[in-house]
Amino acid sequence: MMLMRFIILAFVGMCSSSVAAAEVNVYSSRKDVLIVPILEQFEKQTGIEVNLITGKASALLSRIQSEGAASPADLLITVDAGNLHRAKAADLVQTIQSKLLESRIPSAVRDPKMRWVGLTRRARTIFYAEDRVDPKTLSTYENLVDDEWRGRICIRSSSNIYNQSLVASLIEVHGESVVESWAKGMVANMARKPTGGDTDQLRAVAAGQCDLAISNTYYYGRLLDSERAEDKKVVNTVKVFWPNQSDRGAHVNISGAAVTKHAPNYDEAIKLLEFMVSDEVQAYYAKVNHEFPVVDSATVSATIQSLGSFKAHDLNLSILGENNKRAVMVMDRANWQ
Amino acid sequence: MAVTGKDYLSYFRIFRLNGFLVATFGVALCVALPLCIVLSFLATTSSDVWRHLVDTLLLRYISNTLLLSFCVTIGVVCIGVPAAWIIAFYRFWGRTTLSWLLLLPMAYPAYILAYTYTGVMEYAGPLLTWMRAADMPDWVMMPFLHIRSLPGAALMLSLVLYPYVYLLARAAFLQQSANLMEAGYTLGQGRLSVFRRIVIPMARPAIAAGTLLAIMETVADFGTVQFFGVQTFTTGIMRTYYGFGDTAGAAQLSSVLLGFVAVLIVLERHSRNRIRYYSDQMRQLDQAAKHLTGLSAFGAQVLCTLPILLGFLIPTMLLVNWTVFDAQLQSLWQLAWNSFALAGGSSFLIVGVALLIAYANRLFPTRSLSYMTTFIGLGYALPGVVVAIGILIPFGIFDTWISEQLTSWSVKPQLWLSGTLFAVIFAYLVRFLAVANGNVFSGLSRIRPSIDQSGRLLGLSQTGVLTRIHIPLMQGSVLTAILVCFVDILKELPATLILRPFDFNTLAVRAYELAGQERLIDASPASLCIVLVGLVPVILLNRSIGKL
Repeated sequence: MMLMRFIILAFVGMCSSSVAAAEVNVYSSRKDVLIVPILEQFEKQTGIEVNLITGKASALLSRIQSEGAASPADLLITVDAGNLHRAKAADLVQTIQSKLLESRIPSAVRDPKMRWVGLTRRARTIFYAEDRVDPKTLSTYENLVDDEWRGRICIRSSSNIYNQSLVASLIEVHGESVVESWAKGMVANMARKPTGGDTDQLRAVAAGQCDLAISNTYYYGRLLDSERAEDKKVVNTVKVFWPNQSDRGAHVNISGAAVTKHAPNYDEAIKLLEFMVSDEVQAYYAKVNHEFPVVDSATVSATIQSLGSFKAHDLNLSILGENNKRAVMVMDRANWQ
Repeated sequence: MAVTGKDYLSYFRIFRLNGFLVATFGVALCVALPLCIVLSFLATTSSDVWRHLVDTLLLRYISNTLLLSFCVTIGVVCIGVPAAWIIAFYRFWGRTTLSWLLLLPMAYPAYILAYTYTGVMEYAGPLLTWMRAADMPDWVMMPFLHIRSLPGAALMLSLVLYPYVYLLARAAFLQQSANLMEAGYTLGQGRLSVFRRIVIPMARPAIAAGTLLAIMETVADFGTVQFFGVQTFTTGIMRTYYGFGDTAGAAQLSSVLLGFVAVLIVLERHSRNRIRYYSDQMRQLDQAAKHLTGLSAFGAQVLCTLPILLGFLIPTMLLVNWTVFDAQLQSLWQLAWNSFALAGGSSFLIVGVALLIAYANRLFPTRSLSYMTTFIGLGYALPGVVVAIGILIPFGIFDTWISEQLTSWSVKPQLWLSGTLFAVIFAYLVRFLAVANGNVFSGLSRIRPSIDQSGRLLGLSQTGVLTRIHIPLMQGSVLTAILVCFVDILKELPATLILRPFDFNTLAVRAYELAGQERLIDASPASLCIVLVGLVPVILLNRSIGKL
């Protein structure tokens, strides 16, 4: 009985909540540990309370959609341009009216109509085993399908949005049928069935299961900063290669944000976005997840600087969203699991 | 027409009983609503995504799902039934401890088990690195190398799901009459033959119920199959939803999944063919139990220890090791408290609803009620995120409607149901009612209707029959139902994630957030905490069950 009373008490206590004066409500598919420190700093500086829920982007979109005009959501934060585009296509977001944001954020990483803006950039690039691969033999994403790499590449599943965006960018450059045969070539060159996350692919290269891996840069950055012996071993044997440097550049994606259509706290949401593009916050926000800031004047963390500079594909990222569905279908037809 | 006092009373009783039925149907309709929403997408025109899936992946989804369900069925029955049999019918050193240790793997979410095992076993992990350094032959390394596969996923799922079968089978074995078994022995049957011809058929409804739960949990699983790269129906649903952003397509796939499970349930019912077994007097089985010593006792101990070792001790040691030496620690008290209170409160509610429905079925055994009961149990086979979508939509419509009604009263539009804990708890009810039902029904079905009749004849009211006869007799089943719901809710992720209010986190959410960033090691304290919080009711309730 004690246990039961205890549980009921806890239950009732949990259900009560408080209401604040000035607030902004954030729906974020970026994980809370990466974003909470910045939100707390914003609260301290402005006195505006930030309420947060996190979740997967599609699910957050469903929630905003079903909540309709009564939705408390002000700001939607996602880790990929495709999902921001999806929010825009579903008419769930509104124009961000801020001269400051327009001037600080380069046009390639924001929606042409300012329906969403990028907050950090990440690159999806090639990593190779230093002892088994001569980087001179590497050149482009396209050349990964050469026979030379038969059974030597590790890459994760096609369910992953980063792979979908990479393929979406290739579709934009080459068209669907060329990319379909490229995807088939990739499947033929895989060292194993796609499993695990990006970090797993890097580890597999270090362990010798494959010689090349495709991964986002921040997973490597995290390993660079790690104290663990196994992680140190990975970064000692696996090195970064920037593909397509003599043509369009390496594939980049963003994490970004959009203001929802029925945002009850529009002004506060804009304030939060403006706060997030200051040099200082940009540098910090990019640093916690080993990403690149979108604002050019913000400093890049030492860890990420050690990866060297590279030329990025200058593609407006809303394209990634537009091509996403075709990208998934192409990979399905190529039997990319 | 004059109404005499007596007539009035009987009129009143019928009315009250009908009120009870109305309440049951009301609750059942609420639970059925999200499922109906999902099914209603079948009426929408199928998108090009659906066409594309039929052309490419659908066949693989179906075959993998069937194969995985089959393997898990074999797995849970082969682990759960022998363990329950040994614990129920033999006495040996360490039996009491093993009887509750066998429940512990239940506290593990399958995907966390998958994370921990792959952390050690995969190609780049310490085990295979060591084996390669030691020049082990390929055939030794092979099973470890292929942990990320369909058999690997089946193994992980079997290890965490066998307790369902074990729990239900053990309860059924313990409540079986020793008389029948002794009759078998008297007729010259051996122990194995009695087991095969009396014990198993008698316990079959319970074993089938447990297996069915395991299968439903398997087809709803996303974390494990996704991590292992096995393409099942659920990965297909997620891919359609997350990858294509196509809610209708995802709901249509889910409907197919529901159909598959409904067929399973019907087949199971049909094969049972209305056979009912009722136990006689609840004679203590202790008299029939055999004492084991020496080698046979050792054999029993090993058989019962193996699943505990693989499903609990090894992964826990790994998690503890990571927590102590590697992970970044952070305070988990608030999260543990949230998880505990939410799971506790919700599981009481769910079991309450299950009792209501079980009683309605017992008192008014009509066909429509029985179909209804089966239907609302299907939520368990749906991935949490699909249940969440099925709840978001009607709640959104309700909120919008209320807001419109209230505008004339100049009330600012706001959400009354969406984004509240009520939504989360409701999702648990839809998703886990089948678990509670399975336990409560099998408990209730073992009580002979003639006992009710005797009770009524001796002057007990219907409520009296419930409180004085049924509850004491089925206390074990009810406690088991609460326990299983509690642990399931503790592990639940996708529905909690999407329906929860602002700034509300649970242990499962934290573990997911870290694991989702591929920081598996940093996720280990939260994972460990889920398991520890899950242990509290497992141990408490097992003690109560044991006393019966």
